[in-house]
Amino acid sequence: MKNTIRVHQFHGGIHPPENKKQSTGAPITQAPLPSRIILPLQQHIGLPADPIVKVGDHVLKGQRVAEAIGRISANIHASISGTVVAIGPHPVPHMSGMDADCIVIESDGQDQWIEHQGLENYTELTKPELIEYIRQAGVAGMGGAGFPTDVKLHLGDDHIVNTLIINAAECEPYITADDMLMRERADEILGGIEIIAHLLKPLHIMVGIEDNKPQAIRALHDALDKSHLNLDIVITPTKYPSGGEKQLIKLLTGVEVPSGKIPADVGIVCQNVGTTTAVYRAVIQGEPLISRIITVTGESAAHKQNYEVRIGTPIADLLNLANVNRQQMQRLIIGGPMMGITVTNEQIPVIKTTNCLIAASINEMPPQPPAQACIRCGMCEQVCPAELLPQQLYWFAKGKEFEKARHHNLFDCIECGACSYVCPSNIPLVQYYRFAKAEIRKEDDEQRKADHARLRFEARLARLERDKIEKEERRKQRAIEAAAAQAAKKDAAFSKAASATTSSTNTTVPDLKQLKSNAAIARTKLRKAEKALTNAQSKGLDGIETLQATLKQLQLKSDQAEKAYTDAQNAPSPIAAPETDLKQLKSNAAIARTKLKKAEKQLATAEASGEGDIEALKTQVTALQAKSAEAEQAYQDAENGTNTANAAIDTSALETEIATLQAKVNKAESAWKAAVESASPAAEKMAAGVDKLKDKLKDLQDELDKSRSVAQPTVTTIDTSALETEIATLQAKVNKAESAWKAAVESASPAAEKMAAGVEKLKGKLKDLQDELVQKSGNQSAQPAPDAEPAVIDLKALKQQVSIMRTKLKKAEKQLNELPEGEDNTPLVAEIEALRARHDKAKATFDAAEAEKIAAAASEGIDLKQLKIDAALARAAVTKAERALSKAEDDSKQPLETELLTIRAKAEQLNATLERFSN
Amino acid sequence: MALIRITSPHAHRPGNTGSVMLTVLMATLPGLAAMTFFFGWGTLIQVLWGSLLAIALEAACVKLRQRPISFYLTDYSALVTAVLLGLALPPFAPWWVMSVGIIVAIIIAKQLYGGMGSNPFNPAMVAYALLLVSFPVQMTSWAGPFMMNGDGWAVVSLGDTLSAIFGTAGAAVDAHTMATPLDIMRHRDGFTTEEMWVENALLANGIGAWHAVSAAYFMGGIFLLYKKIFTWHTPVAMLASLTLLATLSYMLMPDQYPDPFFHLTTGATMLGAFFIATDPVTSATSNKGKLWFGAGIGLLVFVIRTWGNYPDAVAFAILLMNLCAPFIDQYTQPRSYGHAKPNRGMK
Repeated sequence: MKNTIRVHQFHGGIHPPENKKQSTGAPITQAPLPSRIILPLQQHIGLPADPIVKVGDHVLKGQRVAEAIGRISANIHASISGTVVAIGPHPVPHMSGMDADCIVIESDGQDQWIEHQGLENYTELTKPELIEYIRQAGVAGMGGAGFPTDVKLHLGDDHIVNTLIINAAECEPYITADDMLMRERADEILGGIEIIAHLLKPLHIMVGIEDNKPQAIRALHDALDKSHLNLDIVITPTKYPSGGEKQLIKLLTGVEVPSGKIPADVGIVCQNVGTTTAVYRAVIQGEPLISRIITVTGESAAHKQNYEVRIGTPIADLLNLANVNRQQMQRLIIGGPMMGITVTNEQIPVIKTTNCLIAASINEMPPQPPAQACIRCGMCEQVCPAELLPQQLYWFAKGKEFEKARHHNLFDCIECGACSYVCPSNIPLVQYYRFAKAEIRKEDDEQRKADHARLRFEARLARLERDKIEKEERRKQRAIEAAAAQAAKKDAAFSKAASATTSSTNTTVPDLKQLKSNAAIARTKLRKAEKALTNAQSKGLDGIETLQATLKQLQLKSDQAEKAYTDAQNAPSPIAAPETDLKQLKSNAAIARTKLKKAEKQLATAEASGEGDIEALKTQVTALQAKSAEAEQAYQDAENGTNTANAAIDTSALETEIATLQAKVNKAESAWKAAVESASPAAEKMAAGVDKLKDKLKDLQDELDKSRSVAQPTVTTIDTSALETEIATLQAKVNKAESAWKAAVESASPAAEKMAAGVEKLKGKLKDLQDELVQKSGNQSAQPAPDAEPAVIDLKALKQQVSIMRTKLKKAEKQLNELPEGEDNTPLVAEIEALRARHDKAKATFDAAEAEKIAAAASEGIDLKQLKIDAALARAAVTKAERALSKAEDDSKQPLETELLTIRAKAEQLNATLERFSN
Repeated sequence: MALIRITSPHAHRPGNTGSVMLTVLMATLPGLAAMTFFFGWGTLIQVLWGSLLAIALEAACVKLRQRPISFYLTDYSALVTAVLLGLALPPFAPWWVMSVGIIVAIIIAKQLYGGMGSNPFNPAMVAYALLLVSFPVQMTSWAGPFMMNGDGWAVVSLGDTLSAIFGTAGAAVDAHTMATPLDIMRHRDGFTTEEMWVENALLANGIGAWHAVSAAYFMGGIFLLYKKIFTWHTPVAMLASLTLLATLSYMLMPDQYPDPFFHLTTGATMLGAFFIATDPVTSATSNKGKLWFGAGIGLLVFVIRTWGNYPDAVAFAILLMNLCAPFIDQYTQPRSYGHAKPNRGMK
């Protein structure tokens, strides 16, 4: 069989002995029903699932026993029927040999299924519904990492997926689970691929498979002949690690996933071949992921073959099944010999990602001899698939020069082990890299903590300083008041004595005068001292230092006096009164609230402990409640009053703020672009920063809009000219982006796909604006016919159509360009013309459909654009909350969880509304 | 059997550093055979004597450093140093010349820096350079190939060679020593290259011996490339830059400069390109770095041979480039997967 697709190359790689033949002799055998299963709550990347059964519960096969928490997590189902006997720590497959929480189920021997049913026609479901269906089945990547599959299926939402790659390379020695699966269940695999393709709508599907599996390749081809699926089976030369995601992508597409990015960022999604069957079973048969194919091999196993095993089966059962000679077995490996982990406890269960068990004898995998000195021979460098300098990284790790290690791209190491495999000095290189990575992560973490502590310390200092100043102010105020009172008393006495004359003069006048004269005196003193100093300096007299010190002191005093005077002058200004009032009120309210809270807390403690005068406390709380409410009310009233008065000022202030922010955004964006161009790793972070700034900008603009509408609620004239300007700007942007994209395409830059997506997005925005304009200018004249029934148009499909057309057109144009001169190009030109016409037509249909959607939404009073933004914001909030939750300490989780639930509900509601209009 | 806990990878390619060194030793055999064939027993005796000394000194040092002796001796790196130095020394050099050389190579250039893998300079070349500077007379009286001896196919007898090296009867071989072709070329006193060949008819007669030895080293190098002991970058870059410069100068002034073939096939060019410049410990790391490293050696060899004080320059050129290797490493990192361009410099 020959490839129709050109296979590219990745750097390095090794050819270890394959040892695969041993386990492909027998067909896949069903492992017998285990008497007990152990289900770790974390069998995937992400948050561990949360148990929803109790000890003693009876569960059925396929019943959900633990549920996914957060976006990146997976459900866990019972793989047998029986009774939950324990939920708690149990040894799990982990490099460190640690324990983790597991659900242990004792079999009842019935193996009774829970009621389940597949979907007859999954295309009837909406995309989110279908993905949710797959999520319910607990499907996670079965190739090794165990990334929850539904998350990857959602990638089509915010990425443009051009290529779907099915990873069937299975490059690690010994493992034949995928090989046997393809040989025996090719139909299920193709069925699964069809479902995934339905969800991601890729333009191209490829199955990457190594040339050491001819039978599997034939089986796939045979199944493909019967299917209507359009995909390419790409045969790659056998070389480890061609099954690494990044390496397979390079092999099949020639594109490299940029460092720190995911494949979807370059329009590619990878799925393991085993995952496709799990998806197939979940959707078509309604079966959750409760079993998988596992290779049991190694010299000490008598029956080396593949078994279909229930998830949770203890390894011991499998070893017994394969009749492993325990005397001979010296190393027990889960996974392959290159990246697998050793375990020492046979009670460890099989999980969703377990693809192989190697019961190795001492001859097969002798203990590694002691490491010799590195001679920098560079053999590791020649085999490194990430194109690193392993020997340099080794020296840096050994010398703890972590900055240098990072500079040499340590974090691009995929820990494939090729360098250790070839090292003539037997140095455990991968261990050094793991060590260095862990140390760097720890350092970063500590740095973050230190930064945080420093910020807190600085904030505390500032607070203390503020408190001090405030205290001082209050003291001064009191002093002034006391003086005033004194003066008033004197005045009263005076007026009493000399009958009422002019008692209404400002009481602060004498004070002011006093201050003024103080200031004058200080100034005079200061001048004198200055003179003395100059004199001394010019004559070179002794004691200049003393003079200088005195001068400084005087300067200070003078300043103080001056300040006191000006302060006193400004203080009684009646204009500032309402503002201070408002502030005062606010702080009053806050104080009242604090007091109330404190009292409530006291009361709670008292009640809990049954000590203290509960009655008195209760009264106090009631009183405080009243007070607090009063203060709050007062503040609110005051604020409302001010707000209405200040509305006009507010908007202008907001506008200034927006302008500043816009400038910031522009600056950040240009910095980000520069970073992208120089391929700086900070680009991603910057992008996040830009997004944040943009969000802020949006918020402000929203606020501005709001306040404007408050300020002029009756204004209906639509500012179409502003919109038009905006459109023109955006058009220019689109043109620029398009030309950049074309340049990228010509230079065959891998970023082209990404850019295309960006152009697409910009165009979408432009369209939105244009529509808005049309709508606004059309609003006054004619309302859209209300009798038009809600059109059932698949916008996505139309968009897809347009993009396919565009791709075809581009391809044809490229062909035309590449046509050698002198050849007849008329047919091509004609074809291009035809394609262009079709493309334009498709685009027109799409545009019309989209405009209709927006109009439809508008007719129900919903601004689709706003809705989209709101939904996106809500989604972001959910993610943020989830992240916070995952990081939170145990005791603070409760409120976070509640918050998360609220946010999620809101996001779901928004999404549902959005869904109604965009599908 | 108790299960062991160990991190991946669990598979390992057979072989160790010792087997790498043994392969290198094997590759020196054609050169050693050619030297013995054309120049007599001297080289073989130098190699054996040097090896004996090197093993003894290495063992002593390892013992002093309180490390397991057999573990370190079986990496055979001391043996490689001794063989390379033995091949580089004049066949009739007295025993103490080799002794001083091995002491310098093993103790000063290698063990004092921390043993195998930690030495910044190639030990054999440090020793060679030191000997050349310290004992110019002994280091420049090279044996003549048998074609120039005038008595047919006979080489100096084993007994005479032994007494010349270990005894005081240096006179027995005096008649058979001569300057190397490079030396003659260097000190030709105003003759053009053409005239030099006419003047030294005997040399023109015997130059074939040096060519043959170079060819033998070349074969050994090809064997090592085939065995993937090193990559092609260093030797190809070195030979290419030397050839380029020699060709340019020869084309411009054929009277003044020897032809490129002469540069490639005399002196230690081939030995240096395939056995010494490729010493992984002291050369640059990345493929790109090795290209710069090799090209630098070629350039320095040409410069020193043409304008320097010494007739051959491989040892000095390699030592100078050893000095540059860490610097070259900083600026020749490869472009890693997923990166637009390689990192440069240090952090």
